[in-house]
Amino acid sequence: MTFGHKHILGMDQFSADDITRILDTADSFKEISTREIKKVPTLRGKTIINIFFEASTRTRASFEIAEKRLSADTLNISASTSALVKGETLEDTARNLEAMHPDIIVIRHGHSGAPHYLAERCNFSVVNAGDGAHEHPSQALLDLMTIREKKGTIGGLTVAIVGDIAHSRVARSNIIALNTMGARVRLAGPRTLLPTGAERLGAEIHTDMQSALEGADVVMMLRIQQERQGRTLLPSTREYSRFFGLNPNNLQLAKDDAIVMHPGPMNRGVEIASSVADGDRNVILDQVENGVAVRMALLYLISGGDKLAE
Amino acid sequence: MSPRETVILDQPAIGRALTRVAHEILEKNKGTRDVALIGIVRGGDHLARCLQKRIHEIEGVELPIGSIDITMYRDDLASRGSLPIGKTELLFPLENKNVVLVDDVLFTGRTIRAAMDALMDIGRPRSIQLAILIDRGHRELPIRPDFVGRNVPTATEEKILVRFDDNQQPVEVRVCKP
Repeated sequence: MTFGHKHILGMDQFSADDITRILDTADSFKEISTREIKKVPTLRGKTIINIFFEASTRTRASFEIAEKRLSADTLNISASTSALVKGETLEDTARNLEAMHPDIIVIRHGHSGAPHYLAERCNFSVVNAGDGAHEHPSQALLDLMTIREKKGTIGGLTVAIVGDIAHSRVARSNIIALNTMGARVRLAGPRTLLPTGAERLGAEIHTDMQSALEGADVVMMLRIQQERQGRTLLPSTREYSRFFGLNPNNLQLAKDDAIVMHPGPMNRGVEIASSVADGDRNVILDQVENGVAVRMALLYLISGGDKLAE
Repeated sequence: MSPRETVILDQPAIGRALTRVAHEILEKNKGTRDVALIGIVRGGDHLARCLQKRIHEIEGVELPIGSIDITMYRDDLASRGSLPIGKTELLFPLENKNVVLVDDVLFTGRTIRAAMDALMDIGRPRSIQLAILIDRGHRELPIRPDFVGRNVPTATEEKILVRFDDNQQPVEVRVCKP
Protein backbone atom coordinates (compact mmCIF):
# COMPACT_ATOMS: atom_id res chain seq x y z
CA MET A 1 0.00 0.00 0.00
CA THR A 2 1.73 3.16 -1.17
CA PHE A 3 0.88 6.71 -0.18
CA GLY A 4 1.95 8.10 -3.53
CA HIS A 5 2.55 11.70 -2.54
CA LYS A 6 6.01 13.20 -2.33
CA HIS A 7 4.84 16.66 -1.25
CA ILE A 8 2.09 18.04 0.95
CA LEU A 9 1.04 21.19 -0.91
CA GLY A 10 -2.71 21.48 -0.54
CA MET A 11 -5.85 19.56 0.31
CA ASP A 12 -6.86 19.43 -3.35
CA GLN A 13 -4.20 16.76 -3.95
CA PHE A 14 -5.90 14.22 -1.64
CA SER A 15 -8.70 11.72 -2.19
CA ALA A 16 -11.01 10.66 0.66
CA ASP A 17 -8.95 7.46 0.94
CA ASP A 18 -5.72 9.47 1.27
CA ILE A 19 -7.25 11.59 4.04
CA THR A 20 -8.52 8.51 5.89
CA ARG A 21 -5.05 6.98 5.61
CA ILE A 22 -3.44 10.13 7.05
CA LEU A 23 -5.94 10.30 9.93
CA ASP A 24 -5.56 6.58 10.74
CA THR A 25 -1.77 6.99 10.79
CA ALA A 26 -2.10 10.07 13.00
CA ASP A 27 -4.31 8.11 15.43
CA SER A 28 -1.47 5.62 15.84
CA PHE A 29 1.16 8.32 16.33
CA LYS A 30 -0.91 10.15 18.94
CA GLU A 31 -0.05 7.60 21.63
CA ILE A 32 3.68 8.39 21.40
CA SER A 33 3.17 11.88 22.82
CA THR A 34 1.71 10.37 26.01
CA ARG A 35 4.72 8.13 26.68
CA GLU A 36 7.45 8.79 29.15
CA ILE A 37 10.01 8.59 26.34
CA LYS A 38 8.32 10.57 23.58
CA LYS A 39 10.46 9.42 20.70
CA VAL A 40 10.49 6.72 18.04
CA PRO A 41 13.34 6.14 15.58
CA THR A 42 11.16 6.21 12.45
CA LEU A 43 12.87 9.15 10.66
CA ARG A 44 16.35 8.64 12.08
CA GLY A 45 18.96 10.14 9.75
CA LYS A 46 16.47 12.33 7.85
CA THR A 47 17.15 16.05 7.74
CA ILE A 48 14.21 18.43 7.86
CA ILE A 49 14.50 22.21 7.45
CA ASN A 50 11.68 24.41 8.74
CA ILE A 51 11.74 27.69 6.91
CA PHE A 52 9.21 30.24 8.11
CA PHE A 53 8.93 33.54 6.28
CA GLU A 54 5.93 34.50 8.42
CA ALA A 55 5.48 34.62 12.17
CA SER A 56 4.22 31.41 13.71
CA THR A 57 4.28 29.89 17.16
CA ARG A 58 1.84 27.02 17.09
CA THR A 59 2.49 25.57 13.65
CA ARG A 60 6.22 25.89 13.89
CA ALA A 61 6.42 24.39 17.36
CA SER A 62 4.07 21.62 16.29
CA PHE A 63 6.15 20.69 13.24
CA GLU A 64 9.36 20.83 15.21
CA ILE A 65 8.00 18.63 17.98
CA ALA A 66 6.60 16.16 15.42
CA GLU A 67 10.00 15.99 13.71
CA LYS A 68 11.88 15.49 16.97
CA ARG A 69 9.50 12.76 18.17
CA LEU A 70 10.26 10.91 14.94
CA SER A 71 14.03 11.33 15.54
CA ALA A 72 14.66 13.49 12.46
CA ASP A 73 17.43 16.11 12.54
CA THR A 74 15.83 19.52 12.31
CA LEU A 75 16.93 23.01 11.54
CA ASN A 76 14.89 26.20 11.77
CA ILE A 77 15.29 29.24 9.60
CA SER A 78 13.10 32.28 10.09
CA ALA A 79 12.77 35.22 7.74
CA SER A 80 14.46 37.70 10.01
CA THR A 81 17.65 35.62 10.23
CA SER A 82 17.75 34.40 6.63
CA ALA A 83 19.57 35.82 3.65
CA LEU A 84 16.17 36.66 2.17
CA VAL A 85 16.30 39.97 3.98
CA LYS A 86 19.56 40.58 2.11
CA GLY A 87 17.71 40.29 -1.19
CA GLU A 88 18.25 36.65 -2.13
CA THR A 89 15.49 35.13 -4.23
CA LEU A 90 13.43 32.21 -2.96
CA GLU A 91 14.87 30.00 -5.68
CA ASP A 92 18.45 30.83 -4.74
CA THR A 93 17.72 30.17 -1.09
CA ALA A 94 16.20 26.83 -2.07
CA ARG A 95 19.13 25.89 -4.33
CA ASN A 96 21.56 26.58 -1.52
CA LEU A 97 19.55 24.53 0.93
CA GLU A 98 19.26 21.74 -1.62
CA ALA A 99 23.04 21.56 -1.86
CA MET A 100 23.04 20.50 1.80
CA HIS A 101 20.79 17.51 0.98
CA PRO A 102 17.79 17.94 3.23
CA ASP A 103 15.05 15.32 2.87
CA ILE A 104 12.10 17.54 3.65
CA ILE A 105 11.53 21.29 3.71
CA VAL A 106 8.59 22.64 5.70
CA ILE A 107 7.80 26.11 4.44
CA ARG A 108 5.52 28.95 5.42
CA HIS A 109 5.47 31.88 3.06
CA GLY A 110 3.38 34.99 2.58
CA HIS A 111 2.97 34.34 -1.13
CA SER A 112 0.46 31.81 -2.37
CA GLY A 113 2.15 29.09 -4.36
CA ALA A 114 5.64 29.48 -2.89
CA PRO A 115 5.75 25.80 -1.74
CA HIS A 116 4.59 24.64 -5.18
CA TYR A 117 7.33 26.73 -6.77
CA LEU A 118 9.95 24.92 -4.68
CA ALA A 119 8.38 21.50 -5.23
CA GLU A 120 8.68 21.92 -9.00
CA ARG A 121 12.31 23.00 -8.88
CA CYS A 122 13.98 21.03 -6.12
CA ASN A 123 14.36 17.34 -5.35
CA PHE A 124 13.48 17.36 -1.66
CA SER A 125 9.94 16.87 -0.34
CA VAL A 126 8.03 20.08 0.38
CA VAL A 127 5.43 20.49 3.12
CA ASN A 128 3.24 23.57 2.94
CA ALA A 129 2.88 25.07 6.42
CA GLY A 130 0.73 27.91 5.07
CA ASP A 131 1.13 29.92 1.87
CA GLY A 132 -0.46 33.37 1.72
CA ALA A 133 -4.24 33.19 1.62
CA HIS A 134 -4.08 29.91 -0.29
CA GLU A 135 -3.77 26.70 1.77
CA HIS A 136 -2.76 25.34 5.16
CA PRO A 137 -3.20 21.59 4.68
CA SER A 138 -1.81 20.33 8.00
CA GLN A 139 -4.25 22.61 9.85
CA ALA A 140 -7.21 21.22 7.87
CA LEU A 141 -6.06 17.67 8.62
CA LEU A 142 -5.73 18.28 12.35
CA ASP A 143 -9.22 19.80 12.26
CA LEU A 144 -10.56 16.71 10.48
CA MET A 145 -8.81 14.45 12.97
CA THR A 146 -10.41 16.35 15.86
CA ILE A 147 -13.86 16.25 14.24
CA ARG A 148 -13.58 12.52 13.55
CA GLU A 149 -12.35 11.87 17.08
CA LYS A 150 -15.24 13.79 18.69
CA LYS A 151 -18.02 12.90 16.23
CA GLY A 152 -16.94 9.44 15.06
CA THR A 153 -17.31 10.44 11.43
CA ILE A 154 -16.98 13.42 9.08
CA GLY A 155 -19.33 12.59 6.20
CA GLY A 156 -22.85 13.95 6.67
CA LEU A 157 -21.93 16.53 9.32
CA THR A 158 -22.80 20.20 8.99
CA VAL A 159 -19.82 22.46 9.61
CA ALA A 160 -20.18 26.23 10.00
CA ILE A 161 -17.02 28.24 9.31
CA VAL A 162 -17.39 31.80 10.55
CA GLY A 163 -15.22 34.85 10.10
CA ASP A 164 -12.65 36.19 7.70
CA ILE A 165 -13.10 33.57 4.99
CA ALA A 166 -11.50 35.63 2.23
CA HIS A 167 -8.11 35.94 3.88
CA SER A 168 -8.10 32.51 5.49
CA ARG A 169 -5.99 29.67 4.15
CA VAL A 170 -7.33 27.59 7.04
CA ALA A 171 -10.88 28.06 5.74
CA ARG A 172 -9.87 27.28 2.19
CA SER A 173 -8.10 24.04 3.08
CA ASN A 174 -10.95 23.02 5.35
CA ILE A 175 -13.62 23.69 2.74
CA ILE A 176 -11.81 21.46 0.23
CA ALA A 177 -11.11 18.71 2.76
CA LEU A 178 -14.59 18.70 4.30
CA ASN A 179 -16.14 18.51 0.84
CA THR A 180 -13.90 15.58 -0.07
CA MET A 181 -15.05 13.78 3.09
CA GLY A 182 -18.73 14.46 2.38
CA ALA A 183 -19.51 17.08 5.03
CA ARG A 184 -21.78 20.08 4.38
CA VAL A 185 -19.93 23.37 4.69
CA ARG A 186 -21.54 26.71 5.54
CA LEU A 187 -19.54 29.91 5.40
CA ALA A 188 -20.57 32.99 7.32
CA GLY A 189 -19.03 36.43 7.57
CA PRO A 190 -19.49 40.05 6.54
CA ARG A 191 -19.70 40.44 2.78
CA THR A 192 -16.36 42.20 2.70
CA LEU A 193 -14.71 39.08 4.17
CA LEU A 194 -16.45 36.50 1.99
CA PRO A 195 -14.54 35.52 -1.13
CA THR A 196 -16.16 35.90 -4.49
CA GLY A 197 -17.06 32.57 -6.03
CA ALA A 198 -17.05 30.68 -2.73
CA GLU A 199 -20.05 28.68 -3.96
CA ARG A 200 -17.79 27.10 -6.55
CA LEU A 201 -15.80 25.53 -3.73
CA GLY A 202 -18.97 23.71 -2.72
CA ALA A 203 -20.06 25.74 0.28
CA GLU A 204 -23.26 27.52 1.31
CA ILE A 205 -22.86 31.26 1.85
CA HIS A 206 -24.53 32.94 4.81
CA THR A 207 -24.29 36.66 5.49
CA ASP A 208 -25.83 36.30 8.93
CA MET A 209 -24.36 34.11 11.62
CA GLN A 210 -27.64 32.77 12.99
CA SER A 211 -28.67 30.85 9.89
CA ALA A 212 -25.16 29.39 9.58
CA LEU A 213 -25.16 28.11 13.17
CA GLU A 214 -28.68 26.62 13.04
CA GLY A 215 -28.33 22.89 13.63
CA ALA A 216 -24.57 22.80 12.98
CA ASP A 217 -22.50 19.86 14.31
CA VAL A 218 -19.24 21.79 14.22
CA VAL A 219 -18.61 25.53 14.61
CA MET A 220 -15.24 26.64 13.35
CA MET A 221 -14.34 30.21 14.26
CA LEU A 222 -11.63 32.06 12.37
CA ARG A 223 -9.33 34.76 13.56
CA ILE A 224 -9.77 38.29 12.29
CA GLN A 225 -6.49 38.77 10.48
CA GLN A 226 -5.62 42.40 10.83
CA GLU A 227 -2.18 41.83 9.31
CA ARG A 228 -3.53 40.34 6.10
CA GLN A 229 -6.03 43.11 5.40
CA GLY A 230 -4.59 45.77 3.13
CA ARG A 231 -7.40 48.16 3.88
CA THR A 232 -10.02 48.35 6.53
CA LEU A 233 -12.80 45.94 5.69
CA LEU A 234 -14.52 46.21 9.05
CA PRO A 235 -15.99 49.32 10.64
CA SER A 236 -14.86 48.17 14.09
CA THR A 237 -14.02 44.98 15.95
CA ARG A 238 -16.84 45.76 18.38
CA GLU A 239 -19.37 45.76 15.60
CA TYR A 240 -17.84 42.61 14.14
CA SER A 241 -18.07 40.92 17.50
CA ARG A 242 -21.75 41.84 17.81
CA PHE A 243 -22.67 40.31 14.44
CA PHE A 244 -20.15 37.51 13.99
CA GLY A 245 -18.73 36.75 17.41
CA LEU A 246 -19.53 33.37 18.96
CA ASN A 247 -21.13 33.69 22.39
CA PRO A 248 -23.16 31.42 24.68
CA ASN A 249 -26.44 32.74 23.20
CA ASN A 250 -25.87 32.13 19.51
CA LEU A 251 -24.04 28.86 20.22
CA GLN A 252 -27.42 27.53 21.40
CA LEU A 253 -28.58 27.60 17.78
CA ALA A 254 -26.11 24.83 16.96
CA LYS A 255 -26.79 21.22 17.92
CA ASP A 256 -26.65 20.41 21.64
CA ASP A 257 -23.52 18.34 21.13
CA ALA A 258 -21.86 20.74 18.67
CA ILE A 259 -18.15 21.28 19.12
CA VAL A 260 -16.38 24.66 18.91
CA MET A 261 -13.07 24.93 17.07
CA HIS A 262 -10.55 27.71 16.55
CA PRO A 263 -7.20 27.44 14.74
CA GLY A 264 -5.64 30.05 17.02
CA PRO A 265 -4.39 32.49 17.98
CA MET A 266 -7.72 33.63 19.41
CA ASN A 267 -8.85 37.22 19.74
CA ARG A 268 -10.89 36.72 22.90
CA GLY A 269 -13.90 39.01 22.97
CA VAL A 270 -13.73 39.59 19.21
CA GLU A 271 -14.59 36.45 17.23
CA ILE A 272 -15.10 34.27 20.29
CA ALA A 273 -16.32 35.06 23.81
CA SER A 274 -14.02 33.92 26.58
CA SER A 275 -16.79 31.87 28.18
CA VAL A 276 -17.16 29.89 24.93
CA ALA A 277 -13.41 29.57 24.36
CA ASP A 278 -13.08 28.02 27.81
CA GLY A 279 -16.46 26.28 27.76
CA ASP A 280 -17.13 22.55 27.75
CA ARG A 281 -17.90 22.44 24.01
CA ASN A 282 -14.50 23.79 22.97
CA VAL A 283 -11.97 21.36 21.49
CA ILE A 284 -9.32 24.00 20.82
CA LEU A 285 -6.56 22.31 22.79
CA ASP A 286 -7.48 18.91 21.30
CA GLN A 287 -6.77 20.54 17.95
CA VAL A 288 -3.32 21.56 19.13
CA GLU A 289 -2.60 18.09 20.52
CA ASN A 290 -3.78 16.41 17.33
CA GLY A 291 -1.65 18.81 15.29
CA VAL A 292 1.52 17.07 16.43
CA ALA A 293 0.12 13.61 15.58
CA VAL A 294 -1.09 14.73 12.13
CA ARG A 295 2.28 16.29 11.31
CA MET A 296 4.09 13.13 12.42
CA ALA A 297 1.80 11.15 10.11
CA LEU A 298 2.45 13.47 7.15
CA LEU A 299 6.22 13.39 7.58
CA TYR A 300 6.17 9.61 7.95
CA LEU A 301 3.96 9.04 4.92
CA ILE A 302 5.94 11.25 2.53
CA SER A 303 9.24 9.79 3.72
CA GLY A 304 8.29 6.30 2.66
CA GLY A 305 6.10 7.29 -0.23
CA ASP A 306 8.41 9.26 -2.46
CA LYS A 307 10.48 6.41 -3.82
CA LEU A 308 7.40 4.39 -4.67
CA ALA A 309 5.56 7.29 -6.22
CA GLU A 310 8.19 7.97 -8.82
CA MET B 1 -5.60 -23.84 -1.96
CA SER B 2 -3.13 -23.97 -4.81
CA PRO B 3 -0.95 -27.08 -5.24
CA ARG B 4 2.06 -25.05 -4.17
CA GLU B 5 0.63 -24.63 -0.67
CA THR B 6 0.83 -27.26 2.07
CA VAL B 7 -0.86 -27.19 5.46
CA ILE B 8 1.80 -28.05 8.02
CA LEU B 9 -0.23 -27.44 11.18
CA ASP B 10 -4.02 -27.75 11.52
CA GLN B 11 -6.15 -26.30 14.29
CA PRO B 12 -5.75 -29.15 16.83
CA ALA B 13 -1.99 -29.24 16.23
CA ILE B 14 -1.71 -25.47 16.80
CA GLY B 15 -3.81 -25.88 19.94
CA ARG B 16 -1.52 -28.59 21.33
CA ALA B 17 1.59 -26.54 20.53
CA LEU B 18 0.16 -23.46 22.30
CA THR B 19 -0.82 -25.52 25.34
CA ARG B 20 2.74 -26.85 25.60
CA VAL B 21 4.18 -23.35 25.19
CA ALA B 22 1.83 -22.10 27.95
CA HIS B 23 3.15 -24.83 30.29
CA GLU B 24 6.75 -24.00 29.38
CA ILE B 25 6.22 -20.29 30.12
CA LEU B 26 4.85 -21.20 33.56
CA GLU B 27 7.68 -23.65 34.17
CA LYS B 28 10.45 -21.25 33.23
CA ASN B 29 8.97 -18.37 35.24
CA LYS B 30 8.02 -20.63 38.18
CA GLY B 31 4.39 -19.55 37.95
CA THR B 32 2.69 -16.36 36.85
CA ARG B 33 4.25 -13.79 39.17
CA ASP B 34 5.33 -10.58 37.33
CA VAL B 35 4.80 -12.30 33.95
CA ALA B 36 3.15 -10.27 31.17
CA LEU B 37 2.32 -11.23 27.60
CA ILE B 38 2.90 -8.78 24.76
CA GLY B 39 1.90 -9.73 21.23
CA ILE B 40 3.38 -8.19 18.11
CA VAL B 41 0.72 -6.68 15.80
CA ARG B 42 -0.60 -8.45 13.77
CA GLY B 43 -0.76 -12.16 14.48
CA GLY B 44 1.29 -12.16 17.66
CA ASP B 45 -1.40 -10.21 19.51
CA HIS B 46 -3.98 -12.89 18.68
CA LEU B 47 -1.63 -15.67 19.82
CA ALA B 48 -0.86 -13.78 23.05
CA ARG B 49 -4.59 -13.86 23.86
CA CYS B 50 -4.67 -17.63 23.15
CA LEU B 51 -1.76 -18.11 25.56
CA GLN B 52 -3.40 -15.90 28.18
CA LYS B 53 -6.55 -18.05 27.99
CA ARG B 54 -4.58 -21.30 28.35
CA ILE B 55 -2.54 -20.00 31.27
CA HIS B 56 -5.78 -18.92 32.92
CA GLU B 57 -7.14 -22.46 32.46
CA ILE B 58 -3.99 -23.99 33.96
CA GLU B 59 -3.25 -21.61 36.86
CA GLY B 60 -6.47 -19.63 37.27
CA VAL B 61 -4.55 -16.38 36.86
CA GLU B 62 -5.22 -13.74 34.22
CA LEU B 63 -1.87 -12.39 33.02
CA PRO B 64 -1.58 -8.73 31.98
CA ILE B 65 -1.60 -8.55 28.21
CA GLY B 66 -0.60 -5.90 25.69
CA SER B 67 0.09 -5.44 22.02
CA ILE B 68 2.90 -3.64 20.28
CA ASP B 69 3.13 -2.34 16.72
CA ILE B 70 6.67 -2.15 15.40
CA THR B 71 6.15 -0.28 12.11
CA MET B 72 7.74 2.87 13.50
CA TYR B 73 10.84 0.86 14.43
CA ARG B 74 11.38 -0.87 11.11
CA ASP B 75 14.74 -0.48 9.36
CA ASP B 76 13.31 -0.65 5.84
CA LEU B 77 11.22 2.54 5.51
CA ALA B 78 13.01 3.49 2.29
CA SER B 79 12.62 0.11 0.58
CA ARG B 80 9.18 -0.93 1.83
CA GLY B 81 7.46 2.45 1.88
CA SER B 82 5.22 3.82 4.58
CA LEU B 83 3.36 0.76 5.83
CA PRO B 84 0.12 1.21 7.75
CA ILE B 85 0.75 1.66 11.47
CA GLY B 86 -1.21 -0.47 13.94
CA LYS B 87 -2.08 0.18 17.55
CA THR B 88 0.26 -0.19 20.50
CA GLU B 89 -1.73 -0.91 23.65
CA LEU B 90 0.15 -1.36 26.90
CA LEU B 91 -2.06 -0.54 29.84
CA PHE B 92 0.35 -1.73 32.54
CA PRO B 93 3.82 -0.49 33.52
CA LEU B 94 6.67 -2.62 32.20
CA GLU B 95 8.90 -1.99 35.19
CA ASN B 96 9.89 -5.25 36.92
CA LYS B 97 7.84 -7.35 34.52
CA ASN B 98 9.12 -10.51 32.90
CA VAL B 99 7.75 -9.83 29.46
CA VAL B 100 6.99 -12.69 27.11
CA LEU B 101 7.03 -11.28 23.60
CA VAL B 102 4.72 -13.31 21.32
CA ASP B 103 4.84 -13.54 17.53
CA ASP B 104 3.52 -15.98 14.96
CA VAL B 105 6.59 -16.58 12.77
CA LEU B 106 10.27 -16.04 13.56
CA PHE B 107 12.33 -15.51 10.40
CA THR B 108 15.22 -13.00 10.11
CA GLY B 109 14.82 -11.70 13.68
CA ARG B 110 14.48 -8.09 12.53
CA THR B 111 10.90 -7.79 13.76
CA ILE B 112 12.00 -8.99 17.20
CA ARG B 113 14.89 -6.50 17.23
CA ALA B 114 12.40 -3.72 16.43
CA ALA B 115 9.95 -4.97 19.08
CA MET B 116 12.67 -5.01 21.75
CA ASP B 117 13.70 -1.45 20.85
CA ALA B 118 10.06 -0.37 21.02
CA LEU B 119 9.59 -2.00 24.44
CA MET B 120 12.74 -0.38 25.82
CA ASP B 121 11.45 3.03 24.71
CA ILE B 122 8.25 2.47 26.66
CA GLY B 123 9.71 1.13 29.87
CA ARG B 124 12.29 -1.09 31.53
CA PRO B 125 11.11 -4.68 31.87
CA ARG B 126 13.15 -6.98 34.13
CA SER B 127 13.51 -9.48 31.30
CA ILE B 128 12.21 -10.18 27.83
CA GLN B 129 11.50 -13.73 26.67
CA LEU B 130 10.37 -14.77 23.23
CA ALA B 131 7.53 -17.15 22.37
CA ILE B 132 7.03 -18.11 18.72
CA LEU B 133 4.49 -20.36 17.00
CA ILE B 134 6.69 -21.19 14.00
CA ASP B 135 10.49 -20.88 13.87
CA ARG B 136 11.43 -21.08 10.20
CA GLY B 137 15.15 -20.32 10.56
CA HIS B 138 17.30 -17.97 8.39
CA ARG B 139 18.20 -15.57 11.20
CA GLU B 140 20.08 -12.39 10.26
CA LEU B 141 20.56 -11.25 13.86
CA PRO B 142 21.71 -13.02 17.03
CA ILE B 143 18.18 -13.68 18.32
CA ARG B 144 16.77 -17.00 19.55
CA PRO B 145 13.34 -17.90 20.89
CA ASP B 146 12.74 -19.21 24.43
CA PHE B 147 9.53 -21.05 23.52
CA VAL B 148 8.79 -22.56 20.11
CA GLY B 149 5.54 -24.12 18.89
CA ARG B 150 7.15 -25.87 15.93
CA ASN B 151 10.48 -25.69 14.12
CA VAL B 152 9.89 -25.71 10.37
CA PRO B 153 12.91 -25.87 8.04
CA THR B 154 12.17 -23.66 5.02
CA ALA B 155 13.79 -22.24 1.93
CA THR B 156 14.19 -18.44 2.07
CA GLU B 157 11.84 -17.86 -0.86
CA GLU B 158 9.03 -19.87 0.72
CA LYS B 159 6.35 -18.09 2.70
CA ILE B 160 4.78 -19.17 5.99
CA LEU B 161 1.19 -18.13 6.45
CA VAL B 162 -0.59 -18.36 9.80
CA ARG B 163 -4.33 -18.04 9.16
CA PHE B 164 -6.77 -16.72 11.77
CA ASP B 165 -10.56 -16.93 11.70
CA ASP B 166 -12.92 -14.01 12.36
CA ASN B 167 -12.59 -14.55 16.12
CA GLN B 168 -8.79 -14.20 15.87
CA GLN B 169 -8.35 -17.91 16.59
CA PRO B 170 -5.49 -19.58 14.68
CA VAL B 171 -6.87 -22.17 12.25
CA GLU B 172 -3.91 -23.39 10.25
CA VAL B 173 -0.31 -22.81 9.20
CA ARG B 174 0.62 -23.12 5.53
CA VAL B 175 3.88 -23.20 3.63
CA CYS B 176 3.60 -21.48 0.24
CA LYS B 177 6.20 -22.29 -2.40
CA PRO B 178 6.98 -19.46 -4.85
